[in-house]
Amino acid sequence: MSNPNEKYVPKSLYPTKTKLTITLALVGIIGFYLISSIQTESFIVNFFLKIGNVTELVGRFFPPDWSYAQQVWSKLFETIHMAIISSTIATLISIPFCLLTARNITTNKYLYNTMRFILNIIRTVPDIVLAVVFVGLFGIGVFSGIIALIIFAIGILVKLMSETIESIDMNPSEAIKASGGNTLQIIWYAVVPQVLPQFISFGLYVFEVNIRASVVLGLVGAGGVGQLINTQINFLNYPAVMTIVIIIFVVVVIIDYISSKLREGLV
Amino acid sequence: MIEFKNLSLTYPNGTQGLKNINIKINKGEFVVIVGLSGAGKSTFIRSINRLVTPTAGELHVEGEDILQYKGRDLRELRKKIGMIFQSYNLVHRSTVLKNVIAGRLGYTSTLRSIFNMYPTEDIELAYENLKRVNIENKLYSRADELSGGQQQRVSIARVLTQQPNVILADEPVASLDPPTSHQVMTYLKQINREDNITTIVNLHFIDMAMEYADRIIGMRDGEVVYDGPASKVNEGTFEEIYGRSIREEDMRGGKEDVES
Repeated sequence: MSNPNEKYVPKSLYPTKTKLTITLALVGIIGFYLISSIQTESFIVNFFLKIGNVTELVGRFFPPDWSYAQQVWSKLFETIHMAIISSTIATLISIPFCLLTARNITTNKYLYNTMRFILNIIRTVPDIVLAVVFVGLFGIGVFSGIIALIIFAIGILVKLMSETIESIDMNPSEAIKASGGNTLQIIWYAVVPQVLPQFISFGLYVFEVNIRASVVLGLVGAGGVGQLINTQINFLNYPAVMTIVIIIFVVVVIIDYISSKLREGLV
Repeated sequence: MIEFKNLSLTYPNGTQGLKNINIKINKGEFVVIVGLSGAGKSTFIRSINRLVTPTAGELHVEGEDILQYKGRDLRELRKKIGMIFQSYNLVHRSTVLKNVIAGRLGYTSTLRSIFNMYPTEDIELAYENLKRVNIENKLYSRADELSGGQQQRVSIARVLTQQPNVILADEPVASLDPPTSHQVMTYLKQINREDNITTIVNLHFIDMAMEYADRIIGMRDGEVVYDGPASKVNEGTFEEIYGRSIREEDMRGGKEDVES
């Protein structure tokens, strides 16, 4: 029993329960970190222990072999072509799916949920896995890469667009409906004008994403400049790899800049 | 002619929007429905073009019960009934003309409407109707560049382009200032007289109801509590309809500004 004459002073700024929860969480996180490190035998200190290796390897990338640049261009354009084809086709294909996964347009709950489910599955597959699958199906080359990028881009576009459609003002649709318009006319006259700028903007955004993605897809044999990187790394031809990396970097920055300027003008 | 026969509407959440309505509205009448918000005015008006579907009774438009209508029948019904909204409901990013030509959608095939292939007569009709509400000089302006009063006039032109037999107006002046409100009501009244279009307007302003209506229907809690010629109503009638004394907010005022 505490002495009633003794003055009560709170021992801490936080209740005991909060303190306990935080302590346990911290112990848990550190525990999982240690288990992961031990299991994978990778400790972050290695970064500092092996920094000598790193600098030595980086040194081998320099100076870039600029004479190699001439062989890069054709493959680089292949990458850009892949991105253009896949973004265009994905944008067109995504239109009906955007509408089918927008709650305010597809009022049939069963259809809406089914479409949402299918699109969610598509989106959970990483682009590189798609590329591996299609390279397996259609063989090494640009075509497999394009198919993988189309599916990857549809996943992104439909998600972004259906949310944009769900946020539109439904009053104009009501007016078109009240004047005797059918569903397609409602979509064309009341929905499309409201979402068109965003739709074009997302199309450009997907083009940017596809350029970056197609570089990675080349590593698994799906065409484009990534394939070149893969070959040169296997030949241990690091100065050439550096040339490719610098060129890709510059091109991606330029395309991103142009595309984001275009998008700014739209919305 | 529009006839409500024992018409009731219960919303899915159990609210009764309309309770056993029996009303006959004759061709060419200018009817104003008054009542506080939530009295069922909107539900009443939206039943006529089936934006809401009553759950019991019958609703006849030009002799046919419209409650069973689906698909094409429903679109044919709506084609002949124009509607004006409180928030104008124009497509902001489209031009005035494109908004007005949308009144022809019920008459135009999907393919033609998607490629904007309207017959010349339709475009002429749209332009004539813009002239009727004195806004033809804004032809190619984007709808969101217009003031509220101008937008409401465009929406009247859109409705006229439908060549309707009936015009429904759901609180058409609630978002407008007093002089503009009178201007919009004057256009509606003028169209009602000149084209003999049955016009049903929801309003909560007493003075406007008395000024423009041929006939006033009063609603409270989903029921019709008053129905009679506008000439016979006075403030006492409104106090009965509203179930409370009349306040300043029940008046729009501003008539003098328009006439001067």
